[in-house]
Amino acid sequence: MSKFTLKVNGRTHTLDIDPSTPLLYILRNDLGLQGPRFGCGLGQCGSCTVLIKGLAVRSCVTPVSAVRGAEITTLEGLARDGRLHPVQQAWIDEQVPQCGFCQNGQIMTAKALLDKHPNPTDQEIREGMAGALCRCMTYYRVQAAIKRAAKMMAAARRASGSEVIA
Amino acid sequence: MTEFTRVPKQVEDAMEKWNGTTSRRDFLKGSGLMVVSFSAAAMVNPNLINATASAAVAEVNPPAGPYKDPDFRQLDSWIVIRQDNTAAFYVGKTDCGQGTGTAFRQIMADELDMAFDKTDLIMGNTETTVDQGGSGGSDAIRVDGWPMRRVAAEARRVLLEMASKQFGAPVDQFSVSEGVITVKGDPSIKVTYGELIGGKRFNVTLTGKDIDATTGVANLKPVQEHKIIGKSLPRYDIPPKVDGSLKWAVDAKVPGMVHARNVRPPWAGAKLISIDESSVRGIPGFIKVVSKGNYVAVVCEREEDAIKASRQLKVNWEKPATPSFPKSEDLYDYMRNASPTSVTQPTPPVVGNPDDALASAAKVIEAEYEFPFQGHVSFGPAHAMADPSNGQMTIYSNDMKAYRLRRGVADFLGMPQDRVRVIWMEGSQAYGRTAADDAGFEAAFLAKEVGRPVRVQWMRHEETAWDTKGPAFTFKLRGGLDTQGNLIALVYNARTADYNHVDYNDPNTVLIGQLVGRRPSAPAKGGAGPPADMYVIPNLRRTTEVVRLPLVWETPIRAGNLRDPNGPQIAFASESFIDELAAAAKADPVEFRLRLLTGSTDDDKVFTRARSIAVVKAAAAAYGWDNRPSPKALGTGNILTGRGIAYCYRQTTIVVEIAEVEVNRTTGHVWVKRLVCAHDCGLVINPDGLLNTIEGNLLHGLSRGLHEEVQFDTDKITSVDWISYPTLTHADTPAKIDIVLVNGDPNPNRPDLPPYGAGEAACRITPAAVANAIYDATGVRIRRVPFRDKRVLAALKAAKV
Ligand code: FES
Ligand code: FES
Repeated sequence: MSKFTLKVNGRTHTLDIDPSTPLLYILRNDLGLQGPRFGCGLGQCGSCTVLIKGLAVRSCVTPVSAVRGAEITTLEGLARDGRLHPVQQAWIDEQVPQCGFCQNGQIMTAKALLDKHPNPTDQEIREGMAGALCRCMTYYRVQAAIKRAAKMMAAARRASGSEVIA
Repeated sequence: MTEFTRVPKQVEDAMEKWNGTTSRRDFLKGSGLMVVSFSAAAMVNPNLINATASAAVAEVNPPAGPYKDPDFRQLDSWIVIRQDNTAAFYVGKTDCGQGTGTAFRQIMADELDMAFDKTDLIMGNTETTVDQGGSGGSDAIRVDGWPMRRVAAEARRVLLEMASKQFGAPVDQFSVSEGVITVKGDPSIKVTYGELIGGKRFNVTLTGKDIDATTGVANLKPVQEHKIIGKSLPRYDIPPKVDGSLKWAVDAKVPGMVHARNVRPPWAGAKLISIDESSVRGIPGFIKVVSKGNYVAVVCEREEDAIKASRQLKVNWEKPATPSFPKSEDLYDYMRNASPTSVTQPTPPVVGNPDDALASAAKVIEAEYEFPFQGHVSFGPAHAMADPSNGQMTIYSNDMKAYRLRRGVADFLGMPQDRVRVIWMEGSQAYGRTAADDAGFEAAFLAKEVGRPVRVQWMRHEETAWDTKGPAFTFKLRGGLDTQGNLIALVYNARTADYNHVDYNDPNTVLIGQLVGRRPSAPAKGGAGPPADMYVIPNLRRTTEVVRLPLVWETPIRAGNLRDPNGPQIAFASESFIDELAAAAKADPVEFRLRLLTGSTDDDKVFTRARSIAVVKAAAAAYGWDNRPSPKALGTGNILTGRGIAYCYRQTTIVVEIAEVEVNRTTGHVWVKRLVCAHDCGLVINPDGLLNTIEGNLLHGLSRGLHEEVQFDTDKITSVDWISYPTLTHADTPAKIDIVLVNGDPNPNRPDLPPYGAGEAACRITPAAVANAIYDATGVRIRRVPFRDKRVLAALKAAKV
């Protein structure tokens, strides 16, 4: 066991925990977060995705020791000041989910993709999202929602000068 | 933020603090309403979490039970009107992601004449919602929507009568809009539903021989008068799924809860010899190894430690002396050589004289097809949490059949049924008999053994290897054409490895039931129907034989219902074969099918053939179908393109799909670039919800056609993760999906147009449409699913394409 400080969604938590514990279980069981979920535990499906330094990270295969001190954002932390992130809003506008279980992985992966490619091509979307699996097969709507979110984010950027909504 | 994103604090409290003994929560004090009995734990139902006004509805039962069955013949069991003129609907269903919850609210709000957003819905809680069986059989709207409509109409009728009494005027003097009753011609005289009955019971008895027939005496609105039915209202469950606020079944937690993981036999049919518990005793928070028969699980305080313990536990297993099944690559030969355990035939089994007709045919075509075992392979592996407090058992589960889970667990644990309840919460997809059944039993068993609330979670390898499987099939078809290219005879022979098909939540066949040694008096025979189409073929014989694999019990190859059980398998063979016949007749595939559908209409009671024709034509028009026989002239480039069609009729729903493919000549890769689907499922409740369902359904069929195959050696399944059991990904998604909703039955404006079903039909024919398109593009017929690159490339090479 050792002491760790985790910064999650802007809040700091101190935990006394085995350093090899996958981040996923700490987020879910110690911090009570529900966005990241277990889907495979193997880094293959995207269900457990969180954002760390702008990257989509699979928390099921990330030992907590690897992220000490880092700023971690989960699905719950995407909204700002009571407003959903444009990616989330696009998901609602396009009515993307079916069961919704995989959608944390879809949304968080899309957010990281859009941060890197604000105006992604179809090919960039297909490749960038390929590791975010969905067994209800909502892919078609996910791809439409990413394009919609890209437009919303571009409009927001134009409206606020250089300020980035994220 | 939307109203849905706030999880009421008191609901959080219920989840966090409830320990099974509290009889009344503070938050319920002052609620004006004492209509439907709830326990505190019922407040964790996610439907209530989403329902803004729900906290005010509850009255508390002692959580110690007994848990009674709500009486479906009481209007109060279905509908509660609150003083603030909002309504809560209680239905015995579960929403597996197709938006049926929203559709139920639309149906009931419309018949009740209440604004949609003034209603909320509680589903799948065995203690508070009537037993409509949960989900299954694409029956949500088709079957279960009817009693919902009728009880809502009855509530409206009763409320109008109350108004009539209050104002001393006949009922026909009133009109209703959004829960407000006004006197026609004098809008100043009005009363709300809430004022009439808020906080009180209806005390109205309903009739009906069973729950599906539940009815009052009110008439239903004609379809044309619906205001909410038929509208694409946004699904209420989507915002909390997108902002992270929804509590799923995986989030169910109560104080004192511990974590369990299963330890599965390393070989199918292995026998437990011994367990060395000292191998895990040093793990922090280790609680117990639980074992019975060949079932083994470990329980720890923390989840990651339970995982560690399940990997570290030393167990001595004895491998069976003989192979449990053939290797997956030998499966079809095995099936063709096995002796059938049973035979099923439709009525009548034979039409005309197929043997003579074949003998006299100008051309006889013969083909064999093969379809592998495929899994549910749920995105979120099976899980459940069970709380044994107070000598009761409360199971938090996403199982789509909450009621049967309750009955099955009561039987399995030897508990009276009224001491067991199931609280359904949202979960990963539930397209049939998933392992959620198995996990529910395991959680309850472990909770009883440990005496504490236990959450069990299957790992990925368990889900992929051990969940139930859609059965493998082999087919042999023969067809005869006359000199004009008309189909005059067809002989269909199918074999399915469906022996011991497991039922839903059956204590004798659920995985833990099998592993602890329970057995039913006899294994289920299994079986399958004939192809579901409306083709007129004058000479016809259709037979399906069931075969068994060597290992029948405690096997990971358990046949069970997977979305549209048998449908994709059978339609792959039958609709590929129709295409082969069309090609042999040098006929256009659309024209050939239309010819078979127009053969006769005198046996067509529900206009199914006329509707089939309309749907085929709608699909062809939407695609821009060019009339010509397949295959087209072989292209010269590396990418070969083609289009294929397939048609089916399932429980009166009709689907036609056209796939446009690109086949890469050098890699064998198939990309379905465009999918067109024409779909007739009668009355549509929520068009956009239906489109979403069909899109997912089409792509599920595509995934099954392109990727999915359970692989095994002779003693274990070797498909254990997303590498060894690949699924469709974003990379394979069609660039364009066009769906045409056809309501061709036969007069779309009739007042009583019924809904059919949409949860399963569209996945049925995607593999066939794609195979037909591959043939059109390449002239090569792929007769085995899935069409993975290697298989397609080998076929192209063999045909020198
Ligand atoms: S659960 Fe982490 S990638 Fe699947
Ligand atoms: S929406 Fe169900 S798994 Fe993606």
